[in-house]
Amino acid sequence: MTFRKGSVAAHVVMGLLAIYFLLPFWWLVVAATKDNTGLFQSASLWFSDFHLIDNLRILFEQDGGVYVTWLRNSAFYAVVSGVGATVISALAGYAFAKLRFPGRNALFALLLGLIMVPATALVLPTYLLMSQANLVDTIWAVILPSLLNPFGVYLLRVYVHDSIPDEMLEAARIDGAGEFRVFTSVALPAMKPALVTVLLFSMVASWNNFFLPLVMLSDDQLYPLTVGLRAWYMSAIMGNGGAATFSVIVTGALVAIVPLIAAFLMLQRYWRGGLTIGSVK
Amino acid sequence: MTEVQTSPAAAPAAAGLSPGTGTRRSARVKEAATGWLFALPFTVLLIAFLLLPMAYAFKISLYRSTLIEGEVFAWFDNYRQAIDDPLVREGVVRVLIFGLLQTPVMIGIALVAALLIDAATSRFSRFFRLAAFVPYAVPVVIGTLMWGFLYSDSIGPFAWTGIDFTSSGTVLASLGNIVTWQWAGYNMIVLYAALQGLPRETYESARIDGATEVQIALRIKTPMISSALVLATLFTIMGTLQFFTEPLILQPLNPGAITQHYTPNVYAYNQAFSFQQYNYSAAISFLLGAVVFIGSYIFLFATRKRSALR
Repeated sequence: MTFRKGSVAAHVVMGLLAIYFLLPFWWLVVAATKDNTGLFQSASLWFSDFHLIDNLRILFEQDGGVYVTWLRNSAFYAVVSGVGATVISALAGYAFAKLRFPGRNALFALLLGLIMVPATALVLPTYLLMSQANLVDTIWAVILPSLLNPFGVYLLRVYVHDSIPDEMLEAARIDGAGEFRVFTSVALPAMKPALVTVLLFSMVASWNNFFLPLVMLSDDQLYPLTVGLRAWYMSAIMGNGGAATFSVIVTGALVAIVPLIAAFLMLQRYWRGGLTIGSVK
Repeated sequence: MTEVQTSPAAAPAAAGLSPGTGTRRSARVKEAATGWLFALPFTVLLIAFLLLPMAYAFKISLYRSTLIEGEVFAWFDNYRQAIDDPLVREGVVRVLIFGLLQTPVMIGIALVAALLIDAATSRFSRFFRLAAFVPYAVPVVIGTLMWGFLYSDSIGPFAWTGIDFTSSGTVLASLGNIVTWQWAGYNMIVLYAALQGLPRETYESARIDGATEVQIALRIKTPMISSALVLATLFTIMGTLQFFTEPLILQPLNPGAITQHYTPNVYAYNQAFSFQQYNYSAAISFLLGAVVFIGSYIFLFATRKRSALR
């Protein structure tokens, strides 16, 4: 693209949209460097006195250091749910694509039929069932439902079906490999790009999850970041005594998104890969 | 699992069977057993966390909890009540208005952005692609908290405009802006992927015939990605019907404007967790879920023919 008139106009539009998308991030970074007085009294889009280090210290000490617990919980839920969901989806996706077993087509049709069931409609009944099983307010109430990923199974089934030829599996069988061995040493390595995408999406879905943990958990020691920060925000708005100040919440929000943005920038290829498979098929 | 397996070629000869009956059958049985074993964990989860909650929600939605008699079977009374409930209606109308206004704006921005990054190949357009997509990586809760601060009349950068972003007249638009900010880039990438899949030759010839880039974008590229546009619109509408997190987070900013029944999902949540009306809440959830579910399939079915044209 050279400096044609149309190209200039296109870049102006992109520039304006980029400001819209990035402005909140700029504000967050600037605001996290201010103490609570600075937040209220200085110009909101530019730096004043630098208090980022103090803010971080206060953030990690607020309410007995509960923020670190939330951070750890979010990471734990994301890793366990993400890895678990990926393993389970990989096994099922491979079985749907390559193994003939009675009931396979019916089960897969059921999956396709249920893929559109909205998750929000399931939270309340899941909560009631969990409370009958005495699992409410435990980590299992958050982790177990997150292991189910119908879309991941669908995506891996499509990927295995299109990218692993039957002959490859047959050759391994003729060489004397058992079914499990065929899966682990032939299929899994070939599924790697799709597996990374599913892992990434399930981990992020878990890290971002709000409705499920909000309903399931009442012990703040088990909260993930999303539920914890919302609790602080509520108290701060209501003006409860001893509540975290806005500057602490702002810093907490920044710390919560930094790992996501970093992962996002490093793994861009897989993000877009997942969206593309999901949209085109 | 089945590590010790005789080679299919050697076994029939050794057993003196006609080639390929016994072992092929046993291989089939093994394959079927492995298939079930592999699909089992997923099937258990599907039953436990999808089918069972659905069935359970439906079951309790048919009961009423009364002080004197306890749980009483009440047929579809809860559904009748939900359909007649002015607060449910208000929420439904609100999410429909929201969907009708916000969806075209967001899909429009996503389409313009996708067409721009498809046509321009400068370094800036690659940067722009990232910038537009980054909000998608932010948890909805935190994105909403950020905008909650940005809308603030004491610490937000727009305080000088004097606009009250959370008054009852403006708050729906403010929520729409949060959703647009967070999801426009995601939809841009979906549409951009569809554009990248188009055969370049089709608009090469239009270019030779003297069509401008804008004409190519609007008259050739856009119609050719209609199926992706339809899908993106569908998912957005289904999302707005379930609108929950954003209004719940911003509620304390102005409880008078963002009410306890602001959207059907917020209402169902409050019915269950503020008033312990589990049966009624289940009926609202089930109704909403059914509408979204059936709507998705009707929409997909109705648009299948048209999108198959491409």
